[in-house]
Amino acid sequence: MPRSRWFVIGKPLPPGPHRALTLFAFLLPLTVWALVSYVPWLWHPLIRVTDPGNVAWFKPGLLVERAVFADENAKVTALSPEASPGRPAEGIRANPIFLPPPHAVARALWTAFTTEPALRGDKWLHESLAQSIKTIFWAFLISSAFGLPIGILCGAYAPIARLAEPSIDFIRYMPAPAFGALAVAVLGIYDAPKVAIIVIGTFFQQVLVVANTVRRHDPGLIEAAQTLGANRRQLLFRVIVPSSIVDLYQDQRILIGWAWTYLIVAEVVGISSGITYFINQQAKYRNFDNVYAAIIIIGIIGLATDQALAFCGARLFPWRNPRTSRLRNFVQRLFTRREALPVPEKSVRTPAV
Amino acid sequence: MTTPLPLPLPDYRMQAPAVAQRFSALKERPVVLEVKDLTRQFMTNGATCTALRNSSFRVHRREFLCVIGPSGCGKSTLIRILAGLETPTSGHVLLDGHEVSGPGPDRGMVFQGYTLFPWLTITRNVMFGLEMKGVSPLLAEREARQWIDLVGLTRFKDAYPAQLSGGMKQRTAIARALAAQPRILLMDEPFGALDAQTRAQMQAHLLAIWRNVDVTILFITHDLDEAILLADRILVLKANPGEIQELIEVPVPRPRDLSQLNSPEFIATRRRLDELIHPRLAASSEKLPIVRLTAVGDDVE
Repeated sequence: MPRSRWFVIGKPLPPGPHRALTLFAFLLPLTVWALVSYVPWLWHPLIRVTDPGNVAWFKPGLLVERAVFADENAKVTALSPEASPGRPAEGIRANPIFLPPPHAVARALWTAFTTEPALRGDKWLHESLAQSIKTIFWAFLISSAFGLPIGILCGAYAPIARLAEPSIDFIRYMPAPAFGALAVAVLGIYDAPKVAIIVIGTFFQQVLVVANTVRRHDPGLIEAAQTLGANRRQLLFRVIVPSSIVDLYQDQRILIGWAWTYLIVAEVVGISSGITYFINQQAKYRNFDNVYAAIIIIGIIGLATDQALAFCGARLFPWRNPRTSRLRNFVQRLFTRREALPVPEKSVRTPAV
Repeated sequence: MTTPLPLPLPDYRMQAPAVAQRFSALKERPVVLEVKDLTRQFMTNGATCTALRNSSFRVHRREFLCVIGPSGCGKSTLIRILAGLETPTSGHVLLDGHEVSGPGPDRGMVFQGYTLFPWLTITRNVMFGLEMKGVSPLLAEREARQWIDLVGLTRFKDAYPAQLSGGMKQRTAIARALAAQPRILLMDEPFGALDAQTRAQMQAHLLAIWRNVDVTILFITHDLDEAILLADRILVLKANPGEIQELIEVPVPRPRDLSQLNSPEFIATRRRLDELIHPRLAASSEKLPIVRLTAVGDDVE
C-alpha cells in the first residue's frame, strides 16, 4: 500500500500500520530518553568527578558544571611557575540527577515494590498507591452519585437546567485546590478533604458534560415514545437515559482522567498522603529514579483503567456491537427482572387436520 | 409520458356500481376522527405564516385516507397536530367524539425516519407500547411476536434496528405502532426514504395488513400514484395558505395492485390530481434564466 494513502482524511489505517504506529508511539519517547541518557556527547551538561586531583573541594562522585570543572582544572594546572603544576581533576560527562537513565528507572520500578522504605513511618509504594486509588474511587463515586442524576435531569428538563447550570458554570471556574484550606477546616486533615477536593474538581464538570450529552438525544425518539403512550417518567427512564447511555459511559471515561489530575493537588492538602507523599519524599532523598517510577505507575494505572473501561464498553452495549459476550450476559442477568427473561420456545406441534 | 388511450378518459367522479356501494357503506360507518376548523399559524420573524386554515374533514372506521399536496402545504403540520405533537392555533380534533390534546397511544404514528429505539431488539421495540400500558412482559412479548409475524420479520425478532434494511425497519415501526392498538394509524410519508422497489413491496404489505387488521389509516404522501393505489379517499391540500382543496373518492376498485396503474379510472384520477397539485404555471413567468454554456452544435435534444 502506498504511503500516501495513510494520510487520507477520515480513512482508518490498515491494521498492520495501525499496530506498528501504536507501538512506535510508545517507543519514540523511550528512544529519545535512552539516547539522551546513554550517548555521552548528547546533552550531558555536567561532569561527574572520578578523581579530584588537586582541586580542593572536589570529591569522587560530585557533579559539577562543565564550565566550572574546566575553570578549576585551569586554576590547578596554572599554579605559580615555581611550584610543580598540580594534578588536574578527572571526570566523565553526566546528566543532572533529575534525569536518571531508563535502566535506573526500570530498576526502581522493581525495587520500589521490594525495598523497605527508608523511614520507619513511611509507606511502601504499593501502600501509597492503594491509598491514592481508594481516594480516587470514593471521590469519583460520590461525584457520579450526584453528578449523573443532576446532569441527566438538567439535560432532560429545561427548568432544572436553568436553575442549576448558571451557578455550576460559575463554580466550575474556581480552581478546586483553592478550596483546600476550607476543606481542611471543615473535614479535618486526613482523607476526607482530599476526597472533597477531587469531588469539587470533577462534579461541576460532570454535571455540565452529562447534561450536554443528554441534550443531544434524538427528539424523534421522544415523539415516537409519546405516540406509544409513554408518560413523563417513562420518557426519562425508558427513552432519554438509554438513548444516551453509550455517550455517558464514554464521558465517565474522560472524567475519571480528570479525577486523576486533581489527585496530586488533593493529596498535599492536610497531611500529605498517597502517591504524592511517596513522590515528594523520594524527591527529598533525591531518588529521582523512584520519582519517575511512581509517575510512570500512575500513567500505567490510568491507561489500564481506561482500556479496561473501553473493553467493557465494547461488550456492554449489544446494539453497538451485536457479538455475544459473557460479560454482557452476566450484567444482563443482574439487571433484568426474571419474568422479562426470554422464555425458551417449546416446539408446539400443530394437530393434524 | 403517458401513451395515448384508445378511449376518451372517464370522469374521475364516475364510479362503478360496486365502488359506489362501497363508498356508501363506508360513510355509514362511525366516524373515528373528526377535524373541525383546524388552523395553525406560525410566527416567523414577526410575520405570521398560515400552515393550515379552517380545515375540516372526517375519517370513518377502517377507512384508508391519503393526504397529498405540494411541499409546504401543511401536510406534516396536520398529521403532527392529529398526533398531538403540535397544538393547533384554533379548531378541534375529535377522536371517537372526544377532544384530544397531547400525544397518546390511541393515535399511533409511523414516521418517515423510522424512529426505532436503537438499543432495543425488534421484539422489545414492538413490545414498547404494550409495556408503557403496563402489560406484563411475558404477555407483551407473546403479543409482540404476533405482530412481528404479521409484518414478516419472524427471523429478525432478536436483531437490532441497525442490522435491518430500510424496508424492514419501517415494517418494525408499523408493527410497533399497531401493537399499541391505536384507534387510528397516522403515517407521515412512511415510504418516502425507501427505494422504488422496496416502496412497491411495502405498499402491498400495508394493504394486506390494513385488510386483515381492524385499523383506520391516515397516510401522508407526496407520491400521487401511491395515494391512488392505497386510498379510499384522497384529501388534496394546497399551499400558502394550507387549505383543503378537494376530497376525492378514488374510483379504482379494490382489491388493488400495481396492474391497475394503467386502468382508465386510475389515469383519470391521476390526471385530476396532477391538475390540482401542479396547476398550469402562468406561461414564461417561472422560466429559468438559463445561459448557454456548451459549444455550438453540441446539442443533446
